[in-house]
Amino acid sequence: MMRTASKRRVFRKARGDSPAKRALIHAVLIVACVMAVYPFLRVISVSLRPGSQLLSTNLAFIPPGASFENYRALIFDRDFTIWLWNSLIVSAASVLVGLMLAATAAYAFSRWKFPGRRQGLLFLLTTQMIPAGMLLLPIYIMVVRLKLFNTYTGMAIAYSVGSVPFSTWILKGYYDTIPRELEEAALVDGASPLMAFWRIVIPLSTPALAIAGLFGFMTAWNDYMMARVMLQKANMFTWPVGFQKLMDQFQTAWGQFAAASVLVAIPALALFLYSSKWLVSGMTLGGVKE
Amino acid sequence: MIPLTWEIVARGLTEIGRLLGIIAATVVILETLAYLILYRLLRYKYALPFMLLLPALVGVMLLIIYPFGFNIYLAFSNMNMFRFKDFSVGLSYAVTNFLDVFRLPVLQKVTFFQLLGRTVLWTAVNVTCHVLGGLGLAILLNRPMRGKGIYRTLLVVPWALPQVIAALAWRGEFHYQYGFVNLLLQRMGLSPVQWLSDPKWAFVAVVLVNVWLGIPFMMVVLLGGLQSISQEYYDAAQIDGASGWQQFRSITMPLLKPVLTPAVILGVVWTFNNFNVIYLVTRGGPMEGTDLLVTSMFKAVFEFYRYGFGAAYALVIFVFLFIFSAVYLRLSGGFKGAWE
Repeated sequence: MMRTASKRRVFRKARGDSPAKRALIHAVLIVACVMAVYPFLRVISVSLRPGSQLLSTNLAFIPPGASFENYRALIFDRDFTIWLWNSLIVSAASVLVGLMLAATAAYAFSRWKFPGRRQGLLFLLTTQMIPAGMLLLPIYIMVVRLKLFNTYTGMAIAYSVGSVPFSTWILKGYYDTIPRELEEAALVDGASPLMAFWRIVIPLSTPALAIAGLFGFMTAWNDYMMARVMLQKANMFTWPVGFQKLMDQFQTAWGQFAAASVLVAIPALALFLYSSKWLVSGMTLGGVKE
Repeated sequence: MIPLTWEIVARGLTEIGRLLGIIAATVVILETLAYLILYRLLRYKYALPFMLLLPALVGVMLLIIYPFGFNIYLAFSNMNMFRFKDFSVGLSYAVTNFLDVFRLPVLQKVTFFQLLGRTVLWTAVNVTCHVLGGLGLAILLNRPMRGKGIYRTLLVVPWALPQVIAALAWRGEFHYQYGFVNLLLQRMGLSPVQWLSDPKWAFVAVVLVNVWLGIPFMMVVLLGGLQSISQEYYDAAQIDGASGWQQFRSITMPLLKPVLTPAVILGVVWTFNNFNVIYLVTRGGPMEGTDLLVTSMFKAVFEFYRYGFGAAYALVIFVFLFIFSAVYLRLSGGFKGAWE
């Protein structure tokens, strides 16, 4: 039934567009794609420029005398690997903490109608409206007073709660779709409610946990503002701060910045394309139904 | 250059391991206390959900509510670079801080109302372009055709790139002599533009970057919305002889609204609060010409070290944003249906 309906729709639509109209649509989309992708292609192109050609007005995609010299210099002469390591450890620690907080809280929001539930959910939404940077100053002062300035601990703590509201919303939405009967059956068999959560709900919600975790990781991994404030020592820089310092030496380090960008962006692009569908439905709070 | 050695790796892992251990111990102690009080002592019906909520509650308290309150406290102080430890607190400082927000230039030149106007303009132009661009592309993509998947993948690249990388790369490309923007303009026979040293053009530059960055999100969200509209409505409209525009106005727009409203709210909040694009592309310059509320707040605090003033300023910005969101949610019935 569904299949014939959609087939009919395809047929009608395809017949509805004249060849000229179809060509025009493709032309518009191709122009849009070029505009979307060109800046990144340029980054790849600049990353291949040899030192002598760094500042050139050539627009060729493969620059004359192309080499991987920038990549070598970046990895062996710069702190690139340190930046990545710092980012990785801080993001991983914060996501571990954040996900644990969100997973249990979301379960409470999903399964019990306790007093204050509505207000709690609304509050989580409201926190998303706090301007970026408003909590930066108080958190900065707290971290300085606790002597956690320039430490992994300070950064991990500062990031950990940031993504909890969003993760809680995603996970609550996902738990809502898991039938309660599964847990009730376990309870009848003598499992405790916590056991039912741990043994049934958590394994069933791995996709949502992965997405929430990925989102939390990306938030910390891509953050510039907090890192710019919290980190002063060069050996503690996360990659966004390091990249910004590279770009400050535009005349000499543009190619290395470009190489660094390619190395960080390609895994990010792959991961994003893989997960974008779930990310979108999470961000619009279930408004999009696919 | 500092090489990444095993020693550094081990030190990092030890530090993080200790942190996680402390957090785990705290959670265990808190949960035991909660169990004893809520479950054993009070026999509270909702003891379990509250115990599940407790870790998140404490986290949010420590890192969102307490800093928020601390920020209000700071707004009542004269804390600055010279008075970081021995600052004083009092109503008179709060009055001065809040008055200063409105009567003096926030940094050196530009006043609060100019910044507010510029931020509103920035938000309006950006969100309008995001929605129009995203809707246009979504409508083009919402039909059976060849290469749809490839188009969709390529079009989301600006959103998929880490924002810091995109912003810094654009900063290089707006270079007067070597950036591709001016090179392309010259190839087309136009004269190059002083993108980063003329305040007007710098503002155009950051808007261009942010429009480029923001269209894919709207496109993906709206495409999802379009796909969820049943074809039957359009079939019925065609039988009744409705034109394409009439179908768009009476079917597409109303049915897209539940998707569009939250996306627009998110878009407005993100754009209003955008820090990375401005700070990384132009640093708010030249001559504070591209500073928005958020970047000037950041600079007042972390470049001019005016902590008390910065805290007051942050509160003012929050109030503006909060009022906007509340009004918009009320008017549009916003997140209805997201509750249950």
